[in-house]
Amino acid sequence: MARSVIPFGPQHPVLPEPLHLTLTVEDEIVKEALPKLGYVHRGLEKLTEIRDHNQMIQIVERVCGICSCMHAQCYCQGIEELMNIQVPSRAEYLRVIWAEMHRIHSHLLWLGLFADAFGFESLFMQIWRIRERVMDLQEATAGNRVIVSVNCVGGVRRDISAENQKWILDTMKTMEKELLQLKSTIMDDFTVKKRTVGIGVLSKEKAYELGAAGPTLRGSGIAQDMRQTGYAAYSELDFEPIVETDGDCYARNLVRFNETLQAIDLIRQAFAKLPDSELAVKPKGLPNGEVVARVEQPRGEVLYYLKATGKKYLDRVRIRTPTFANIPPLLEMLPGCDLADVPVLILTIDPCISCTER
Amino acid sequence: MFMTKTVLKNLMTKYATRLYPFEKKEAYKDARGELKINLDKCIFCGVCKMRCPSQCIKVDKEAKTWEVDPFSCVYCGICVDACPVKCLYQENQYLAPAEEKDLVLCIQEAKAEPAAPTP
Repeated sequence: MARSVIPFGPQHPVLPEPLHLTLTVEDEIVKEALPKLGYVHRGLEKLTEIRDHNQMIQIVERVCGICSCMHAQCYCQGIEELMNIQVPSRAEYLRVIWAEMHRIHSHLLWLGLFADAFGFESLFMQIWRIRERVMDLQEATAGNRVIVSVNCVGGVRRDISAENQKWILDTMKTMEKELLQLKSTIMDDFTVKKRTVGIGVLSKEKAYELGAAGPTLRGSGIAQDMRQTGYAAYSELDFEPIVETDGDCYARNLVRFNETLQAIDLIRQAFAKLPDSELAVKPKGLPNGEVVARVEQPRGEVLYYLKATGKKYLDRVRIRTPTFANIPPLLEMLPGCDLADVPVLILTIDPCISCTER
Repeated sequence: MFMTKTVLKNLMTKYATRLYPFEKKEAYKDARGELKINLDKCIFCGVCKMRCPSQCIKVDKEAKTWEVDPFSCVYCGICVDACPVKCLYQENQYLAPAEEKDLVLCIQEAKAEPAAPTP
């Protein structure tokens, strides 16, 4: 059978963002995949030259629409380390709460898109209805629906009032109930299993070797979660990384579903321990030195390298996002799969191309 | 099969969506929306202009004008937090869609000088 080349993307119904793959297929089986990136490069890192280190918070938030809170948190942690600022304990807990709300909304968005990718439209709508509750909570507590803009150097900009706390906890309870109702569909349904079990297997060794991050790595059996390093208030909360050992699409699906439930639990724990203190300390002076900050995003580990020279403007901001780390594993998974499974497979790494290209 | 319970429940309950242009969601109290200014209090110091990450604000101290490009504003609320006299505030509704991108220019009227005491 002769080989044929099929271009996949950058415009494809399953992709929310532009990613191009040149697929070499033989008899509908993918033999080779080559990626092409660079359709949404915006040059946000370059903006450090004309925006000062405080304005950069709002800029790094816009690297990614879905995990904006974590980007700002990671950047602020880096600057705080450079300036030797001890963040007040209440601010650390509030950062955890907003970050976990972000994780819930990102994972639910993905679960919905994933269901949509293999044609399970009604599951997609059920999941997105649940997701809407978190979006409302974010708007009511932080001010904006998606780009919450709550982090600042030295702490957080807003507090969560007692009545909002009660509202969040009540909503978390409802959401948990609704998610558990859908659990059997996500885990045992014939349609879901048929399209995911045994497809796109990434072995534990390969995942490690290729530097996969986040749920892609944990779905292959490696318990690595940046939250375990105990940044913000995570060191005081009780949780274990969620790991599945199969390494296929189904395993990655389960990791994300279970992480959503874990995030609900973490929000509960954080509210139970929420201390009373001021929200932010006023930073003094200017950052100087080099630092690497790491935070666990819904898609995996994000890494910020910041270089400051004691001026208002930073010398360099380098962002390595989880999708960038997950593209080599994706290229490892694709050869050998059916052409029809390519959209589902691409979605299982939860690609965020705007993040990758910045 | 697993969805049966959910499907039946959906048939019995109300719509999850609303008929948007006719029925709007009530805004949350603390939501960050359109940027407004209380011009009488403004001292034209220009802190909002310097802090704004999207650089959508222009302040002219001489002409006593404050100008914002509402379509460049990213609703982050940095200027509102930074304002020393707290004359900036945000509505809790987003800016309505428009056909043209207009700037909002606010000019402070000259304050009446206290009348010189007549001998």
